[in-house]
Amino acid sequence: MALIQCPAGQPASVPALLHRNAKQFANAPAYREKEYGIWQSWTWSQTRDEVEALALGFLELGLKEGDFVSVIGRNRPYLYWAMMAAEMCGAVPVPLYQDANAEEMAYVMNHCGARFAVVGDQEQVDKILDIQGQLPEFERMIYLDPRGLRKYDPATLDQYTSVQEMGRKNRDKHIKELEARQAKLDYDSTGVMLYTSGTTGKPKGVVLSNRNVIETAKSSSEFDKLRQTDEILAYLPMAWVGDFIFSVGQALWTGFCTNCPESAETMHVDLREIGPTYYFAPPRVFETQLTNVMIRMEDASRFKKKLFDYYMAVARKVGPAILDGKDVSFGDKLKYRLGELFIYGPLKNTLGFSRVRVGYTAGEAIGPEIFDFYRSLGINLKQLYGQTEATVFITAQPDGQVRSDTVGITCPGVELKIADNGEVFYRSPGVFVEYYKNPESTADTKDAEGWVATGDAGFVEPDTGHLRIIDRAKDVGKMADGSLFAPKYVENKLKFFPNILEVVVFGNGKDECTAFINIDLTAVGNWAERNNIGYASYQELARHPQVMDTIQSHVEEVNKSVAQDEMLSGCQVHRFVVLHKELDADDGELTRTRKVRRRIIEEKYHDIITALYDGSPQVSTETEVTYEDGRKGSIKATLEVRSAKVMPVAHKMAAQ
Amino acid sequence: MKDNAESYVTKDGRTIGPVVMEMKNITLRFGGVEAIKDISFDIREGEIRAIIGPNGAGKSSMLNVISGFYVPQDGEVWYKGARRPSMKPFEVAQQGIARTFQNIALFEGMTVLDNVMTGRLTHMKSGMLSQMMWRGAAEREEIENREIAEKIIDFLEIQAIRKTPVARLPYGLKKRVELARALAAEPSLLLLDEPMAGMNVEEKEDMSRFILDVNDEFGTTIALIEHDMGVVMDLSDRVVVMDYGKKIGDGTPHEVRNNQEVIDAYLGVAHD
Repeated sequence: MALIQCPAGQPASVPALLHRNAKQFANAPAYREKEYGIWQSWTWSQTRDEVEALALGFLELGLKEGDFVSVIGRNRPYLYWAMMAAEMCGAVPVPLYQDANAEEMAYVMNHCGARFAVVGDQEQVDKILDIQGQLPEFERMIYLDPRGLRKYDPATLDQYTSVQEMGRKNRDKHIKELEARQAKLDYDSTGVMLYTSGTTGKPKGVVLSNRNVIETAKSSSEFDKLRQTDEILAYLPMAWVGDFIFSVGQALWTGFCTNCPESAETMHVDLREIGPTYYFAPPRVFETQLTNVMIRMEDASRFKKKLFDYYMAVARKVGPAILDGKDVSFGDKLKYRLGELFIYGPLKNTLGFSRVRVGYTAGEAIGPEIFDFYRSLGINLKQLYGQTEATVFITAQPDGQVRSDTVGITCPGVELKIADNGEVFYRSPGVFVEYYKNPESTADTKDAEGWVATGDAGFVEPDTGHLRIIDRAKDVGKMADGSLFAPKYVENKLKFFPNILEVVVFGNGKDECTAFINIDLTAVGNWAERNNIGYASYQELARHPQVMDTIQSHVEEVNKSVAQDEMLSGCQVHRFVVLHKELDADDGELTRTRKVRRRIIEEKYHDIITALYDGSPQVSTETEVTYEDGRKGSIKATLEVRSAKVMPVAHKMAAQ
Repeated sequence: MKDNAESYVTKDGRTIGPVVMEMKNITLRFGGVEAIKDISFDIREGEIRAIIGPNGAGKSSMLNVISGFYVPQDGEVWYKGARRPSMKPFEVAQQGIARTFQNIALFEGMTVLDNVMTGRLTHMKSGMLSQMMWRGAAEREEIENREIAEKIIDFLEIQAIRKTPVARLPYGLKKRVELARALAAEPSLLLLDEPMAGMNVEEKEDMSRFILDVNDEFGTTIALIEHDMGVVMDLSDRVVVMDYGKKIGDGTPHEVRNNQEVIDAYLGVAHD
């Protein structure tokens, strides 16, 4: 496929877009951050000046073209600017996950050979100082928040504002050079490098060109009719491709305003204050919010509870139809209007969704009840399917064609192909350039014609053209009797229960499926409180017989629904345990984007898996855990292995 | 012990200045009970000074003497090179001494922000009329004070509860809010009465971190009373040990830990 060239007159790089916005939307807000209790904002022209000052400071510090600049910290305008400033200098920004431990950071920074790092606070500075010995190419660190850093050696440390100051002072000296470097940037130059979290193996550096970033931002903004006056809240990890595209790519393309919360804890208050019009969240966030609403409604007065239940029933009945612009009866319309006045309006306001025009969820399957709940309130929540290698967008649901079981139609400019084994392939202007310093993996993933393997198995619905994803292609296997094994399918069904946080299903090559289950401490803890059940720890609550009974009933319910699917009826869960600890990214069991790492879990808990298959009624185990500060400890537990009822496989039985 | 007038630099790079407060032969009686018997010690600028001792040793009384709540029958309090006459607590506060309480003393019905703002009271100069009219000086002052309060809220990482009424907060957070209020007064000497009592390990670690950060960042001199020996030994530059109203030890944590009298007071002593 021929690469799309930049249309004449259109900015061809991220810095060029910034300059365009500084002229075109000079006095419109570009970035906002709540600090000291007040929303501080910067217009586009101020943003350009800030970025330029930093870039000039970078030059004074000796940043060269092609250098890599690591950016680590929570979402703050300054860090977005650092990425843009790096691009101005012809360097490549590499955002990292702020909760990555020193070891993970060492790997990534070593792999790209970062010379500079821009970090948020002392925590990140300490981590880098710890690993500095392993980073031969690393030279300078620039920090934002000076707190606690006064006594650190200033030889390798600079404060962000003083670098900008340095840049402003030496403007005359470097401005020519900076302009020359920017002039060299085009569609082919690298815009950003993002490391994939990697469910298997080491993280890979995905190189995205300005073409990838700008073309994707352009087409996706048009797809959803994003406007210059839109508002988003930037709270998802900066190292994740989605955040880069929303808060930098689309923000620059359409000129909308990116708002950064005061801290992770205040996110919900800030969400409410900003009232974004364009919002993205993984299913987990929607799930938690719904759980919280339901828990609080349980504690509400009877009258309020009744009102809530009545109007929520109305909303479930007609809400989605009204949102899709379909016809509903006059009576229902009236009832929905009243509901909006009494319930939906105030509820949306509390959740911070009053103004959401376009909302997306992706990354995992979302429970149909959860999805419908938000849509019935009149929030235009949709699903999209994407990955880092595609610069996010592969498929998305257009307005009016939203369902919980598909991930939508192909985005503008994207082509889809399903291989014989069911794996989904795509080709688009967003397709990444390469994996940095890893030509084998690049060749494995992307063929000569530009088709990229997603690693997901799925199919396109013939009548609607919507894509449906079944599972990770490499996780899909066969049971001993040859029937299809798709763990994710069953896991998602289980995870839709509020009591269940995480599930891992085993069964590839075996006679029957088994599962590990993590309870959701918020939901189960609240249930325990209301039922006067005392517990001292997660472990104790997870082991409680009544909790086990509840989980068992959920498993059996899922078995019933799985049995109805001919293809996947073999995947019913026969035996399960409720794990004594939450699966955690710090222990390597999940990726930083909270995806299950099956192989590691299989190795780590092989004793429990053995017990699931040898019929033992319980299993004693000892597990190593890593605390946030990197210390290790271990917890011992005896887990009960439960058997769940399975349904006869209707189709097969008839055939025999 | 270091010489009085000289400043010195600690191992972790903090500068400890000359003596700012000196207690000379303090004796405090309640009726016939002598809560404090002839105690002398000093507090240097920029240091973290702990007062420890078993229950009923007279630690809180000592802190109350420093904060001006109790007036000792005998002895002298010297502050910043001058003898301090007996004063009302608010006068002491105006001299730049702020404190927290063992049993939290916040305004429960008010928000965290409002509580912190009350810590700014000693800095508000505008008259009642101006405050009622909400014009000129009063408005300007409020903005300035709010800014300082917000910086402290940011520093102690309590932004998420800024608008929450204190009554709804858990104990550990209330303690932190109290520290915020004391800091809002921008004290030169901060008195902490059992800042970690009743906390779990994690809350204690957080609080220790904040105490060190306050000392480091604002250069605030801190005098604290604490039960938890481990915490005290990690935090403090120097420690006074009291027992039954008497001073039985004074020095660096290391010196105090190896002081036989202190060991006896804490672990008990075998009587033959």
